[in-house]
Amino acid sequence: MNVNQHTPMASPYGQPPPGYAQPGYSPLDGGYQAPYPSYNGPASAYQPGAPPQGYSPFTSFPSKAVAANPVSDLSSPLDLGPTRGPPSSAAPPVSAPQPYSQYSQGQGSVQNGPPPMTQAPQRPPVSQPYHQGAVNMSGPPQSSYPQHYGPPPTIQQVSNQMGGMQINAGPPTAARPGYAPPHSAPPPASTPYTAAPPSYSQAPPSFSHAPLPVSSAPTQPPLPPPSNAPPTAPPSTQQQQYYGGPTPAQQPYPSSIPPTSQPQFTSAPPQQLPPQPQFTTAPPQQPPPPSQPHFTSTHPQPPQPQSYPPSSYSGPTQPPPPQVSQALQQQPPSFQSPPLSQQPFSSASTAPPPAGPPGYAPGQSPRPPPATQGQFPPPPTSQPGAFPPTSTQSGQFLSGPMPPLPPQSQTQPPHPQSQSQPSPYHSGPQMPPMSMQQSNHMPPSSQGPPPPMGPPGPLQQQQQQQQQQQPPPPQPGMPAGYPPQQNGAYGQVRGPQPGYPGPYSGPQNYGGPAQAPGPAAQKRLDPDAIPSPIQVIEDDKAKSTEPFTTGVRGQAPPLVTTTFSVRDQGNASPRFVRCTAYNMPCTADMAKQSQVPLAAVIKPLAILPPDETPPYVVDHGEPGPIRCNRCKAYMCPYMQFIEGGRRFQCGFCSCVTEVPPHYFQHLDHTGKRVDCYDRPELSLGSYEFLATVDYCKNNKLPQPPAFIFLIDVSYNAVKSGMVNIVCQELKTLLDYLPRENPEADSVVRVGFVTYNKVLHFYNVKGSLAQPQMLVVSDVSDMFVPLLDGFLVNVNESRQVIESLLDQIPDMFADTRETETVFGPVIQAGLEALKAADCAGKLFIFHTSLPIAEAPGKLKNREDKKLVGTDKEKSLFQPQGSFYNTLAKDCVAQGCCVDLFLFPNQYVDMTTLGVVPVSTGGSVYKYTYFQAATDQERFLNDLRRDVEKPMGFDAVMRVRTSTGIRATDFFGSFFMSNTTDVELAGLDCDKAITVEFKHDDKLSEDTGALMQCAVLYTSCSGQRRLRVHNMAVNCCSQLADLYRNCETDTIINYFSKFAFRGVLNHPTKTVRDTLVNQCAQILACYRKNCASPSSAGQLILPECMKLLPVYLNCVLKSDVLLPAADVSLDDRAYLRQFISSMDVTETHVFFYPQLLPLTNLDSSSLPVAIRASEERLSKGGVYILETGLHLFLWVGASVQQELLQNLFGTPSFSQIDASMTSLPVLDNPFSKRLREIISNFRAQRPRYMKLMVVKQEDHSELIFRHFLVEDKSASGGASYVDFLCHMHKEIRQLLS
Amino acid sequence: MTTYQEFIQQNEDRDGVRFSWNLWPSSRLEATRLVVPVSCLFTPLKERPDLPPVQYEPVLCSRANCKAQVDFRAKIWACNFCFQRNPFPPSYAGISEVNQPAELMPQFSTIEYIVQRGPTAPLIFLYVVDTCLEEEDLQALKESLQMSLSLLPPNALVGLITFGRMVQVHELSCEGIAKSYVFRGTKDLNSKQIQEMLGLTKPTAQGQPGRPAAPQDAASTCRFLQPVHRVDMNLTDLLGELQRDPWPVPQGKRPLRSTGVALSVAVGLLEGTFPNTGARVMLFIGGPPTQGPGMVVGDELKTPIRSWHDIQKDNARHLKKATKYYEALANRSAVNGHSIDIYACALDQTGLLEMKCLSNLTGGHIVMGDSFNTSLFKQTFQRVFSKDLNGDFRMAFGGVLEVKTSRELKVSGAIGPCVSLNAKGSCVSENEMGIGGTTQWKVCGLNPSTTLGLYFEVVNQHNAPIPQGGRGAIQFVTQYQHSNTQRRIRVTTIARNWADAQSQIQLIESSFDQEAAAVLMARLGVFRAESEEGPDVLRWLDRQLIRLFMFHLRRSPFLQVFNNSPDESSYYRHHFVRQDLTQSLIMIQPILYSYSFYGPPEPVLLDSGSILPDKILLMDTFFQLVIYHGETIAQWRKAGYQDMAEYENFKQLLQAPLDDAQEILQTRFPMPRYVDTEHGGSQARFLLSKVNPSQTHNNLYAWGQETGAPILTDDVSLQVFMDHLKKLAVSTFF
Repeated sequence: MNVNQHTPMASPYGQPPPGYAQPGYSPLDGGYQAPYPSYNGPASAYQPGAPPQGYSPFTSFPSKAVAANPVSDLSSPLDLGPTRGPPSSAAPPVSAPQPYSQYSQGQGSVQNGPPPMTQAPQRPPVSQPYHQGAVNMSGPPQSSYPQHYGPPPTIQQVSNQMGGMQINAGPPTAARPGYAPPHSAPPPASTPYTAAPPSYSQAPPSFSHAPLPVSSAPTQPPLPPPSNAPPTAPPSTQQQQYYGGPTPAQQPYPSSIPPTSQPQFTSAPPQQLPPQPQFTTAPPQQPPPPSQPHFTSTHPQPPQPQSYPPSSYSGPTQPPPPQVSQALQQQPPSFQSPPLSQQPFSSASTAPPPAGPPGYAPGQSPRPPPATQGQFPPPPTSQPGAFPPTSTQSGQFLSGPMPPLPPQSQTQPPHPQSQSQPSPYHSGPQMPPMSMQQSNHMPPSSQGPPPPMGPPGPLQQQQQQQQQQQPPPPQPGMPAGYPPQQNGAYGQVRGPQPGYPGPYSGPQNYGGPAQAPGPAAQKRLDPDAIPSPIQVIEDDKAKSTEPFTTGVRGQAPPLVTTTFSVRDQGNASPRFVRCTAYNMPCTADMAKQSQVPLAAVIKPLAILPPDETPPYVVDHGEPGPIRCNRCKAYMCPYMQFIEGGRRFQCGFCSCVTEVPPHYFQHLDHTGKRVDCYDRPELSLGSYEFLATVDYCKNNKLPQPPAFIFLIDVSYNAVKSGMVNIVCQELKTLLDYLPRENPEADSVVRVGFVTYNKVLHFYNVKGSLAQPQMLVVSDVSDMFVPLLDGFLVNVNESRQVIESLLDQIPDMFADTRETETVFGPVIQAGLEALKAADCAGKLFIFHTSLPIAEAPGKLKNREDKKLVGTDKEKSLFQPQGSFYNTLAKDCVAQGCCVDLFLFPNQYVDMTTLGVVPVSTGGSVYKYTYFQAATDQERFLNDLRRDVEKPMGFDAVMRVRTSTGIRATDFFGSFFMSNTTDVELAGLDCDKAITVEFKHDDKLSEDTGALMQCAVLYTSCSGQRRLRVHNMAVNCCSQLADLYRNCETDTIINYFSKFAFRGVLNHPTKTVRDTLVNQCAQILACYRKNCASPSSAGQLILPECMKLLPVYLNCVLKSDVLLPAADVSLDDRAYLRQFISSMDVTETHVFFYPQLLPLTNLDSSSLPVAIRASEERLSKGGVYILETGLHLFLWVGASVQQELLQNLFGTPSFSQIDASMTSLPVLDNPFSKRLREIISNFRAQRPRYMKLMVVKQEDHSELIFRHFLVEDKSASGGASYVDFLCHMHKEIRQLLS
Repeated sequence: MTTYQEFIQQNEDRDGVRFSWNLWPSSRLEATRLVVPVSCLFTPLKERPDLPPVQYEPVLCSRANCKAQVDFRAKIWACNFCFQRNPFPPSYAGISEVNQPAELMPQFSTIEYIVQRGPTAPLIFLYVVDTCLEEEDLQALKESLQMSLSLLPPNALVGLITFGRMVQVHELSCEGIAKSYVFRGTKDLNSKQIQEMLGLTKPTAQGQPGRPAAPQDAASTCRFLQPVHRVDMNLTDLLGELQRDPWPVPQGKRPLRSTGVALSVAVGLLEGTFPNTGARVMLFIGGPPTQGPGMVVGDELKTPIRSWHDIQKDNARHLKKATKYYEALANRSAVNGHSIDIYACALDQTGLLEMKCLSNLTGGHIVMGDSFNTSLFKQTFQRVFSKDLNGDFRMAFGGVLEVKTSRELKVSGAIGPCVSLNAKGSCVSENEMGIGGTTQWKVCGLNPSTTLGLYFEVVNQHNAPIPQGGRGAIQFVTQYQHSNTQRRIRVTTIARNWADAQSQIQLIESSFDQEAAAVLMARLGVFRAESEEGPDVLRWLDRQLIRLFMFHLRRSPFLQVFNNSPDESSYYRHHFVRQDLTQSLIMIQPILYSYSFYGPPEPVLLDSGSILPDKILLMDTFFQLVIYHGETIAQWRKAGYQDMAEYENFKQLLQAPLDDAQEILQTRFPMPRYVDTEHGGSQARFLLSKVNPSQTHNNLYAWGQETGAPILTDDVSLQVFMDHLKKLAVSTFF
């Protein structure tokens, strides 16, 4: 499957790879192959299977978890097999390089995890940076690479790689100056491992030490190795650079990290081997999957995935022993290859592998593993190249880090250059990374040797420092874990980074950190060395230039942060459906073992961009949609027509159903219906059926829906200006009620109610001269006092309505009523809809806790003392069951409730939100609403909420093929049974997360199918069925699973899962559960897919390398870990809000987008930076956006000119921090910025109020809350710390 | 003193009192033997244009208010009820034999005082309007209501409640948007809830809960009751925009009509805002209550509204519950002095049987018609607001009637539109007749013709003879709110001689007032009929009385339910127990006049024998006014003789009964149903059902005679009845 999936991707890659591979790699291939096979042995060793089996597994691995495998291979060989064995030692070095490469490439992700840089790098680097082949992975990148590297770069790279390879293999020591030595002495590698342990052990924070070394080693090694390998000297220089450059950057950030890494590095140097192995391992793992293929492809022979995987495996394990140098070399290649594969993963998880495999296969076939091994030595040149690629990969990683290296960027203009350069190398998008990479690259290419040189030193230093410092950095409790983790992270991170940057930034970073660390204070992992979300995002952007076609089963779509277009070829667009895994495990055991959640995030009514066609409406006439007789699945592309077209077999349940005569059509020679492409339901993934009367409530076609506006007119509401604003706005808003045909008037009817302690209904019948108010005081038994004239057509009653809206504010201007009701308000709307016999939506504008005597009366139960206790969960549970019952009634009637809250104090959001959440509605909250500052936000939200297209009275059903079934649902809806998701209203922003569980085995042949059918009433009153079909692959190898996951979607699932969990469990339990599951996922990968390696190494799957950072963001969210100033209402609000978010929203919500506003000239957005305070420059202006908040952060020493352009004032102190919109100034910068802001606002379902945050201002506290990579005020771990913690958890699981 | 006839007439004219006996037997034993109790019909507000109200407070005996025996020198007076001696108040300092206050003059046995103290409350009219009407009906009703606004004094407070499926209380003081408070038609709310929901609780929170809110206070706080002059336009518009109940009425269903809740809200509203103040709730209904408390019939058309048959079979499922509900409402309303009128216009029954107590207990009117778009309703309604010579409404509110007796007499009870105030006293008899057990009754709505029957018991023992020439005295004290908002007290003092039954039986016999006794006994009968089975009452009556008119009473709708719906029975009985003697007599024995060429109009026997071809008959049954043209006359009329100049006399003959009828119509309240029919006409049944069936298809021998028309009935004729009665009388008495 992967192959298939990959194929598309692969093809491009493949092509390049060939070129690359053939040219430079061919030699490598041989070498690689040899190593791989040999590795395979180890690999097998790693895995229970026999070595030979190992191969096969590897083969599978390569394709699936190539990155992992490679990495694992590399690392594992190094660590495990090689590690201990002298040869292994040799291997280790190789592996080390490989790992780097791998890291950079495939496992880059893994390690990337650690180095943010790496992420970005990973993809680009993996595929692109490293080898052109790697580049191949991403078509464009490749091209770019080729171009850049083209002749020279490629050669250089190749050479670098070769060098790296060589370094890894033979010169590993050389390759990484520091490492190289270790490498060179394979034993060292082993020793390192062994030693590493000791050393690590020495540094009790074994993690820190070991990992650090590892990471450092990897990082450094990669960088150094590649670069070093080729140019011995350069490495040193690079290293220096690393130290130098990185230090600054790193120092500030992960002071601890750098140290650790450094120590590692340092240790690595001393224990060069160990670090390297670790690195290698790390990289290998990462690289292996993707990188391998790529590498193999890119590299001479590494391209050949098969060879790689095996080679890598074998390499790591066995080859090394036999042929140290070769092994090493081979290993590197193998690693490299992995990276490639990784890249594919990263880019198109599947694509790369395929490409890889093919390449590998050829390579392998031609050149037996041994040969490859043998070749490796020669390839060394190529190897260096490979390394470089690896290094590039690592560089990517590094690049990830690199960019983070703000120092550089800040201080050094080179960034741009470097970035640009890297970009070419890498996919390109990664600007910052690029810089890093560049730097890395630069060094590697030119200074390959020096970096290594440098690294060792730095590494050693770092290690030492780390050892020394690590302990300190680690926080109490955390210390050991963190340091280790950090180390691991570092190791990996750096591994990758080094790999990539090794040459480039690697050195710099390292240098930087090294230096800095050396100097001092860096005791922690280098934040730049851990996987960077920015890098990953940018890599993906760069990679996704082609429209995404949904026709290939199991192909993961581009990330949500990437702008791409979609062609529906039989599966639902990712805009409608996103899965956590596009390659599902075949069996429940596998699923359980991996712990990877199998879920899909479905946004049934998502709005497509203008250039994509909305789902076609299919009318099957009187009898209604054609469906399977047994499972009732709707006609879809998965239905197999048989018997000449007279029957069809259901793809879900295999039942054979007669084709109704009116639907009969002949089949062509391929068994497809002749009219296949004329019918959307036979050729597309998403389409709509016109429902017949059988699909309607009471067998009666539905009435057009109605909107009822219920406005609180109590004292607070009037005083805050809310009433006035709402009434004014409604007058114009009523012209924008949703409609399907823009030409026609909306058929939606409207009604108005105001309320405080009692309810006032309004008769706005068109024939009246004046509206009439009907007061219902009997709130205990709500009813609708009138029928005719309450719900009216806007055009018919315009005069009366306007008169009413004019008078409402006056009527209640002097009100002294402060008490409000709430339950009866909803009941009133519900009763009105019941009376009118239609579905609809209530817009409730409410201000306060409903304490008036009435059903649903609430008491103030805010008790901050409960926070953090076992009783905390009770705060998330609604008071009483009244609202639950009410919600049920609402759903039955199709009454969707949207709540606009304007609280000045506690309103028990939890309880008030019950009905909106259960009816598919939304809650908007404007705490301390003030007309002047919040009006804009509120009105925009209101407008959008009123105008947005939505469906009413909807029922969603998810059908799946035999073997799995939808077991759990998350979102804003109500369920009365276990299968039907009932949504009183479903708007275009609402997503439902569906979890699947196995109830049988799946087949790799048929994959897993799911069909989501949503029956709803459109805003024009038409009953329709929207069908989304989704097919994913199934795998019997865990590695395949890990190659095709989507972290953003997993995080979406996790967050919803956790946020629901707080209802029933203490938040601490929930947090622990999350961490555990995440650790299990990663440990499972480490155990089953990654090559064995030192426990001190943190190895992450390419496609999950961001899992820790994102998960940390979830754990730190206000819901799970509230700061002292976060109100209970806010938490409840977020909890409910997130339940209906799609992946795009959760992504940006948990990891905010932080853009530096330095250069706004281009039409594209500036590249984001990581959300950490260390990335902010005093002289810069930044914009941060979470989907809910929008900040403009102004550094204290911003240039006057910039201030003048932005705010119209030259003085920092004169900036009005209370402004909510930027002054309209006639200069390009201001225009562009305002445009960017308005674009942001347009993208998100909620309008974001702009908050200007001046550095050092008190409001910066709020802003800092969103710098999610930093330690949070509420005690949330920083990214680095968490990564260490995670590593510790994983280690515990593994041991 | 001339004859008893004159004496009686004079008493009635002066005091509005008719006693069954004008000489009272002196002992309990003798009184019991007389069968007809010592009792009287009392018309508290008998119009006395010649009686000027006095502007000062009445002088009260320290225990009672009495007619005084004045000792001018001692400046004290003795109460002739309790014989207590009281000093005159200082204001009487100037009295002397030549300068007596009015209450001491014999001709002022009835005196009206105007009470100066206490706040004066404006009149309150609360319209409770059913909107489940046909468009035409609703339109007519709206016009009538708008018309009535112009009849109200400017300072009168008005309120409007409309109801259908929901109950809306309209706020009248608002500008711009018309506001109304809506109540669900199915929910029984108590007074407190209603006031809370109407937002009326704040004033009471401020003021003392027990005290009625001061008018000015209430006017400003109660948005629902506003002076007419202020909201005239508003209300007119509001009425103009009044729509039929908008809720759809499915096929085969009655419209949902929440009369019960509407009344409850109306009562609750007044209770909360103007307790103990005269107010009039005017309920206009076009059909039976079909939902919520007080429901009389379900909304399924296939289930017909209860009939007497159903009631007798105990098949009326809502009857008891609804009756209980309305009784509770009526009592609440009565306590606060608010009267409730019911104007029911529908072809079918509207639930008067259940709701009658609302009016019966509070002194409100009941008007029953076929449609709001008939002159019967329109003119009746208009007549509610008729004015007297002084320009004041012929209505009074919040009356309290207190009866004081000298010690030989005790009060057994009263029958009329009143409720007991449960005022125990020494003169309360243990033997209850009508509403007893009290000396005070509340009569929330009064008009000049409102007449109560009061029953007394002679308690003087046989062995404690009253000295010769001794007099028994009864004093009626009526406090009420005059329609000009003054509070007034009217005091009527009556004295009668005692007579020893054994020695003066003839005297007693001659003092017997046959008419008064008949009406009083009829009232007793009706009162019993309300609570007992019809035949039982008839038997009781037969045992008690032997008089001519009883023949008609037995046939009247007051005791007979045959041919009448429960609503009609209620309606007739309602009016019977409140009209004065003359009207009551008409109700019992309709009057029949005959017009012919042979002489001036003459009253004729209510007998089938009176129905002759060449006569025009005018029958007044109080509720109906029937003009019946004999066969020949009808033919002539059809031939158009009256239009010929030479038959001017015929035209005059035709016109004569019309003029007389018109005269009756002008004064009668409620407007009688006016029927102009002829021999063989379908509506001739109104006449035929009333006349004595001396000739029926059973005694065909009469056919040959040209003395009248046969009646198709199984009822016995008066002749037969009398024969039978004689037999019974002989056997019983001797």
